[in-house]
Amino acid sequence: MIPTLAGVILLIFLLFNWVGGDPAHVLAGKISNPEQIKNIRKQLGVDEPYLVQLWVFVKQVFTFDFGRSWSTNEEVSRILLTRIGPTLTVMVPVLVIETVLAVIFAVMVAYVRGRPTDRGIMAICTVAMSISFLVYIIFFQWLFGFILGWFPVQGWSESFTKNLLTYAPLPIMLAVAVGLAPSLRLYRSFFLDEINQDYVRTARAKGVPEKVVMMKHVMRNALIPILTNVGILLPGVFVGSFLLEVFFSIPGLGREIITAVNRSDFPVIKAVTVYLAMLTMIINLLVDVMYKFVDPRVSFK
Amino acid sequence: MSAVLTHPVPPPRQESPGLWTLAWRRLKQDTVGMVSLGVVAFFLLMVAGVATGIVAGDWNKEKGVSYANPSFMAGAENLEAKALQQRDAAKAAPVDLSDIDPLAPRYKEWEERAAKISITETKRAETLPLGGDKWGRDVLKKAMKGSEISILVGLTAALFATVLGVMLGAAAGYWGGWVNDFLEWFYNIFTSIPYILLILAFAAVAAATGKFGKGILPIILILALTGWTGIYRLIRAEYIKHSNREYVKAAQAIGASNASRMFVHILPNVSHVALVQLSQHVVSFIKAEVILSFLGFGVPVDMVSWGTMLAEAQNELVIGKWWQLFAAGASMAILVTAFSLLTDSLRDALDPKIK
Repeated sequence: MIPTLAGVILLIFLLFNWVGGDPAHVLAGKISNPEQIKNIRKQLGVDEPYLVQLWVFVKQVFTFDFGRSWSTNEEVSRILLTRIGPTLTVMVPVLVIETVLAVIFAVMVAYVRGRPTDRGIMAICTVAMSISFLVYIIFFQWLFGFILGWFPVQGWSESFTKNLLTYAPLPIMLAVAVGLAPSLRLYRSFFLDEINQDYVRTARAKGVPEKVVMMKHVMRNALIPILTNVGILLPGVFVGSFLLEVFFSIPGLGREIITAVNRSDFPVIKAVTVYLAMLTMIINLLVDVMYKFVDPRVSFK
Repeated sequence: MSAVLTHPVPPPRQESPGLWTLAWRRLKQDTVGMVSLGVVAFFLLMVAGVATGIVAGDWNKEKGVSYANPSFMAGAENLEAKALQQRDAAKAAPVDLSDIDPLAPRYKEWEERAAKISITETKRAETLPLGGDKWGRDVLKKAMKGSEISILVGLTAALFATVLGVMLGAAAGYWGGWVNDFLEWFYNIFTSIPYILLILAFAAVAAATGKFGKGILPIILILALTGWTGIYRLIRAEYIKHSNREYVKAAQAIGASNASRMFVHILPNVSHVALVQLSQHVVSFIKAEVILSFLGFGVPVDMVSWGTMLAEAQNELVIGKWWQLFAAGASMAILVTAFSLLTDSLRDALDPKIK
């Protein structure tokens, strides 16, 4: 984990400070004189040698102090802390609802495997996965928000309950609807892998009813790869769906990143990337630990 | 008396079909696979046609009225075009300023000169096959032009990513040792950053510095440089498996060099993995291009791709002009569905163990 973290810091540093180099010209705007550019360089610290810049960056990472945003002069740490709330308000329900629904549907589809229902649902999933997320958002925002008026087209408020009950439902529904098809397909294949195992045949042979076989024997074993997949999806919860946040003007991390990229606001992007990479590593570690509880065969060396 | 022993006629030598022949035979029996292959081939032909200008070469011509209706709903009201016409018609005669206007004596001369130049005012069509966009361009042709850019970006980026992944995977799997350790470290770095953030980080640098080139080159480079990890991992596993097999040892015994063993002996045996990955990445890169272009980090604004079309479509939908959304969304959905089904069929055809 430590070498990887060092690598991430190095990669981000190389990308932004070495390849990205000197955005003084961009920041100074079109009309600028050499003196202005020199001043900006000094302010940003990009006129220092690379080793000094690297040291500054490492210090920033571990003191949680990335200075101020290049475009709004807001403190980067404050930006991150205030934007994470709305993102989680949308993404936590999405992950929970999507996982629960996908597991339930996958069990049901695996139960009728090979029959027309199964094939039909799989075909629908393939087509549904081929339509761009953009098209879904544009269409359903227009349908539910503009034409039917069931939900506000976009917006966000100060109160958490109002956000969750008024502004979040439509984005949540959209994200679940789009995420469901790939998850369902994947989880179905996990169930089918287990159904052909010997222990399932044994269970059937000794007269265990099919429902118990599915829910107890197969489910428990299929949960291991499902857990892995949820672990893969989990870091995305913190990034948020930037498309949803842009369309529904949710002041979350995703939208902040897009704005930062548009404004060449390197400190914000650097901070988000490094911290999310750290978070991903921690989540992976936790998932590994959780295997022990799900799968008794796993033991720590 | 001894019978004359004739040489027994050797049985005709049977060529055993190779992997690709067998795979092709299996694919030919797969109806879904063949249909999707046909659709994909159709799209590729269309891209070739558009690229050479045979098809939709005049997509940029403003042939219809603004937001022209699709032909099948010719009767629908087109408020936008009417408003434009009324604005043109309402242009009042200029106020007579001849007493103070110093140029007034020359107006007549200019008018005469202007009259000599013949302007052929093309009549703008009220309807177009699939409707028109804001400037009256044919949406169907625009979607064709858009598929050219989108598919081109998807294909080249996937090709780059596959080459990168195969090279690195081959090196790590074949050499093992510190090469493997180093590349695994590299892989871990790239995968510990959430994919979309990695793309946006590269896009931010590309946009700020312009070091990634111009036109569609930046997006191709961004997608390829961030998308090689999955391919690397699979190819590496294959190389680890193959590098100890007898045929590779035999090749070593007859003096084949390392490079020859890596690329002449092992590569053809793992190329089916690379092909399936290539096809899978084309699909995901096309999807990614659409989203990135929509956000403004993809293809430049003066080019048209499915992503830039969808970006226009969002505002058009509110005034009831749904055809651009439909044209871009549907053509993308058809291609992506066909490509994913083809990928599944390819995998089945190339992997004899399944079924």
